[in-house]
Amino acid sequence: MLHITTLHYLVLGAALFLLGVIGVLTRRNVVIVLMSIELILNAVNLNLVAFSRYWQGIHGPTALHGQVFAIFVITDAAAEAAVGLGILIAFFRNKETVNVDEVNLLKW
Amino acid sequence: MNPAGMIPAGTNPPVATPFFFYLLAAIMVVGGVMVITRKNAVHSAMALITTLLAQAALYLMLYAPFVAGVQIILYAGGIMVLFLFVIMLISIERAEKERQFNKQWLVGIVAAAALGGLFIAVYTTTTKGRALFPEGRMTYGETQNTQQIAALLFDRTAGQYMFAFEIASLLLLVAIIGAVVMAKKRI
Amino acid sequence: MHALVQYIQSYLDSDKTPGGAGNIFWATVYILLVFAGLSVAVIAMNWLERKILAHMQVRLGPMRVGPHGLLQPIADAIKLLLKEDIIPAEADAVVFWIAPFIVVLAAFTVFVVVPFGPTHAITDMNIGILFMLGVSSLSVLGIVTAGWASNSHYPLIGALRSSAQMVSYEVAMGLAVVSVILMTSLNEQSTGTLSMIGIVQAQLAQQEWFLFKFFPLGLIGFGIFAIAMVAETNRAPFDLPEAESELTAGFHTEYSGFRWSLFFLAEYSAMIAVSSIAVTLWLGGWLRPFPNLLVGPTWDLLFSLFPGITFLLLAAMCFFNTARMPKHPLFKVQTIGLAGFGAVLGLIGLILVLPAVRIRVTDIFWFSAKVAGFMYLYIWYRGTFPRYRFDQLMKVGWKVLLPTGLALLVLTALVGMRTELWAELQGVWRP
Repeated sequence: MLHITTLHYLVLGAALFLLGVIGVLTRRNVVIVLMSIELILNAVNLNLVAFSRYWQGIHGPTALHGQVFAIFVITDAAAEAAVGLGILIAFFRNKETVNVDEVNLLKW
Repeated sequence: MNPAGMIPAGTNPPVATPFFFYLLAAIMVVGGVMVITRKNAVHSAMALITTLLAQAALYLMLYAPFVAGVQIILYAGGIMVLFLFVIMLISIERAEKERQFNKQWLVGIVAAAALGGLFIAVYTTTTKGRALFPEGRMTYGETQNTQQIAALLFDRTAGQYMFAFEIASLLLLVAIIGAVVMAKKRI
Repeated sequence: MHALVQYIQSYLDSDKTPGGAGNIFWATVYILLVFAGLSVAVIAMNWLERKILAHMQVRLGPMRVGPHGLLQPIADAIKLLLKEDIIPAEADAVVFWIAPFIVVLAAFTVFVVVPFGPTHAITDMNIGILFMLGVSSLSVLGIVTAGWASNSHYPLIGALRSSAQMVSYEVAMGLAVVSVILMTSLNEQSTGTLSMIGIVQAQLAQQEWFLFKFFPLGLIGFGIFAIAMVAETNRAPFDLPEAESELTAGFHTEYSGFRWSLFFLAEYSAMIAVSSIAVTLWLGGWLRPFPNLLVGPTWDLLFSLFPGITFLLLAAMCFFNTARMPKHPLFKVQTIGLAGFGAVLGLIGLILVLPAVRIRVTDIFWFSAKVAGFMYLYIWYRGTFPRYRFDQLMKVGWKVLLPTGLALLVLTALVGMRTELWAELQGVWRP
């Protein structure tokens, strides 16, 4: 328990991932669903950086592929948050609600 | 002499690493729980900011200072400001009085629990008595972290991610244009 | 016990910062010193701002509270602490309470990497300048939540305007900073560095302050940063979001007493922080003026006497003003107080002339002197320039500073790589 290994970080990442999944599946407020998606992406980033540290131990000090991947994921998350919030604003302007259940205009 | 800042495996790290890991992990988990349970979206956003900052500190513990810096600037200082702006521009008081959790909450939690079980099953597998990610290797310090990441991105011979870097910048351009078009009143 | 003393003394002959050497005791000492120095600097800034603005406006400023108003900041602090703590009725109490702390946290955490000397920083992170820019951008969060939590129109609009302004000028600041980072990579290994101490050492190695490098590119970069940093800290002439005649104090309208003093503290700390960035990146940090032009032991001796001479001059000014005090019995306490203050300054000056103290203090003194120059510039701007209207402000940030910053970046890269580019154009250099 006391010596922190890669597995500790992976378990923490899995816990955050589960919290994000629960948030996405159960909340009705679109903004909070988007924030849960950010939580999921952060859990993935934690996994990547933990693996990068592990990989660095095997393949030498310059094997930082996990960290580079994590930077790209953060960039991706920024782009996705911007577009998602743009969609949210466009939707809110039409329907005056941020309830996920009301996004049903394409239902037959 | 320690040119690459190598720390032999098994020696004690200089600061109280288990204490800080468990403290930061507790902050992150509590923050995550608050994100998905708060009625008020601003409270959720602030809990998420706390989680992100604790995660940046965890990145520092993993000897990844550049990723920690990027996390603080982009995630906590950029994306969350965007979230807070949007929450404040759409008046969200009516959303607070509605029911917060949808009708499928039980199914959602069961699905997440199944996923959790899968994680536990994977993380506790041992092949031939060896755990999944065995320890016992040299670890390196972080005095050249930015330069090494730059080498992976930009170096002529050793860099592999130049194309991904250019695609990421194109992606950001498309996202900017898309967000502006989405949020305009009349196209 | 002996092991503890050994641990404390083991750091004294190391050539790294306390964070780099992993020494917790000295790191704590440095943190407390920086915190104390910052508090003294904020108090001094309060007094200096009121006096200098007053003298620029041909009036005297505070004269009553102490001799020449020297105790005015203390009176202000006591007043703010004793004021009634008002929270608006419908305001969100938790967020209302947290918001000033976020701003103060962001403003103070920045000082972890500020280099007062080659080993006089709390720690020297590999990502020093990135850390400073990132953490100072966290104060936007505090301002936005402060405006929203007040549940009132003026603070909300003020907060949105203030944060939009800060975010816009952060882009220009970032571009100017990146052009300096390009300049640090002009060594044999072609590796630049983001660490604050590394940037100053790059200036030392290239024997040139980055202000004068590739003239006029360094100067333009410095100009962009100097304008953007004033807008970043919401100071005049960019202080529309908090000006009293515009939005009744903007995002901190509903804050009174101790909470308002936290915002005020954070604003001055942020000013000192971005001035430290400007001093480190362009003005050579802790290096004394003309390190390569005026060399030699006599010049070194002369420049190392500057700290002591500065304080002795201040003490002389105090004594001169003591002599000019009115000879009225009611002024006796003030006269004695001013003479005592002058005596304290003179004592500090005499201590700083001693050789053993001189060599240790000179780096910190030059850094602080340059930052103090920037503080004077801030006060000068406030007393001179009219306020920008908000749309003019955003226009300057996006349409003037951003294209200039981009052009500066490209030009700096081209000029920095001119030999390699020329060789490649001539087909000489093969990768």
